[in-house]
Amino acid sequence: MTPWYQDPVQFIAEWLRGVLLGWGMPPDGVELVLTVLGAGTLALLAMLWVVFLIWYERKLIGRIQDRFGPNRVGPWGIFQPIADMLKIFTKEYITPEGVDRVPYNLAPVLAVASVLLIWAVIPFTMTVMGVNLNVGLVYIIASGGLGVLGIILAGWSSNNKYALLGGFRAVAQLVSYEVPMVVSLLIPVILAGSLGVNDIVMAQRIPYLISAPVAALIFFITSMAETGRSPFDLTEAESEIVAGFNIEYSGLKFGMFYVAEFLHAFTVSLLFATLFLGGWRGPLAEQIPLLGFVYLVVKTFVVYFIVILFRGSLPRFRIDQMMDLNWKLLTPLALVSLIVSALVAKPLEGMPVAQTLALLVSNGIVLILFIEGTGKKVQRRREIVGKPRPLAVPHPEEQQGAQSTGG
Amino acid sequence: MTGLQIAFLAIAAVTLASAVLVVSSRKIMHAALWLVLALGGVAALFATLEASFFAAVQVMVYIGAIAILIIFSVMLTRRVMEDAGPQNTRYWPAALVVSLGVFGGIFFLLLQWPGFTIEARPVLEQGDFLVRFGQALVSPDEFVVPFEVASILLVAAMIGAIIIARDPSRK
Repeated sequence: MTPWYQDPVQFIAEWLRGVLLGWGMPPDGVELVLTVLGAGTLALLAMLWVVFLIWYERKLIGRIQDRFGPNRVGPWGIFQPIADMLKIFTKEYITPEGVDRVPYNLAPVLAVASVLLIWAVIPFTMTVMGVNLNVGLVYIIASGGLGVLGIILAGWSSNNKYALLGGFRAVAQLVSYEVPMVVSLLIPVILAGSLGVNDIVMAQRIPYLISAPVAALIFFITSMAETGRSPFDLTEAESEIVAGFNIEYSGLKFGMFYVAEFLHAFTVSLLFATLFLGGWRGPLAEQIPLLGFVYLVVKTFVVYFIVILFRGSLPRFRIDQMMDLNWKLLTPLALVSLIVSALVAKPLEGMPVAQTLALLVSNGIVLILFIEGTGKKVQRRREIVGKPRPLAVPHPEEQQGAQSTGG
Repeated sequence: MTGLQIAFLAIAAVTLASAVLVVSSRKIMHAALWLVLALGGVAALFATLEASFFAAVQVMVYIGAIAILIIFSVMLTRRVMEDAGPQNTRYWPAALVVSLGVFGGIFFLLLQWPGFTIEARPVLEQGDFLVRFGQALVSPDEFVVPFEVASILLVAAMIGAIIIARDPSRK
């Protein structure tokens, strides 16, 4: 039995189980109570964590843009999101006329739920995880599908053409980027020989970032697109479609979309750290489970920092550029690297170091060949099809008149 | 009645009710959303049978892809979003006879099957189940032929879709 400070969550769970059994509760009932408590705590902590994430991201984006960021409420402005949160609680819910009520109110719930569902299968330490599902990765992809559904519902039920356009764009983007994402996720599955998230972490004696760098790159880019933030924020391009699918939402309903977006960005960093950086693995993590949690948080924040750096420094893609990137570059690259990884990994099974080196070299060759071969073609600028046609052209006579009066 | 049976009856009721609403909704968008609920009910049924892989795939393929494509195509075809005409054709008694006949036939055949009245056993070795399933799909003396035939069918459908979608003026 490890001391309480090395594995506090298991310690509390054991203590609570003992107390409840001591009260004469049936063992099934105790398990049910513990499961419900654990799920509630995890979801609540994830939601509260967003308060910190919003501050962190605003501060960093501020630094990137040569500003201070929030700096008024509390030390370094750390209580700013709490003030914002209290404000959004008190705001009025406005339901526009002609909305479809049930989907309209269901959409924000689905948006948050689809992100929180992912947290159920992530192993936080060696011992603490929601469920050790043997189809963990399929489950993660499936819960992403629910998020798409939430955006569709929001866009369609709002009875607003900008919302509908935002919904169209979101679905086109999310459904397309799911393809290379799923293919790139197959590579860790092949290497680990399991779909379970904790099994994939256990198999990473050497992190998969080294043995599958191409898959890691594709997963990173596609998961950025799945979160729908800059540079992939065409779904809420302010200059074109006002605010996209969430334009008709106010108060806490809008707040839920906002929370879902921030939490999603953090969750994909968490997933990246789990699948490609070895999750909770690190020196002594198996003896002291709490240390594993620290490793996971550190790795996640490294990834999250890069995500924010992307958001702060890259301009928005045009829609054809976004589709070109997905279908002409990422999808073929993912397919080729899947085939190459499978062919290289199989004969070297059982020799982890040789396997990793061979995979690293073959991944590098694939990437270089791809950039040399197709990269140039994709990079070439799209030709202008016709002459530019302005919407309104002054009539020749009027133009002359204007010139004469003006002159 | 065990908890599992109660869960089965509740999920089955929700699935059937939303399936009826799929064909009876006036707005085609609502029909698509009810379809999502019906497919989700089927996924929940898989989950109660401890077939977690099929539950996840059901959600991923049917809700995450097919239902969303249906909704998407409905949104793009604006004129049929709402329909005020009669909901039944005049051939509906014939359709009723055919569907009742098919239901009765399947029901009768299942009654003949000895496994129909046995209570479901819990699946043993849950961890090995998925590995076993994967091996069965690719092993030559099990299901590799149907698996490959299905793959060829899907590839053919994909090529067909690309050919249809291609701009005919471009060479």
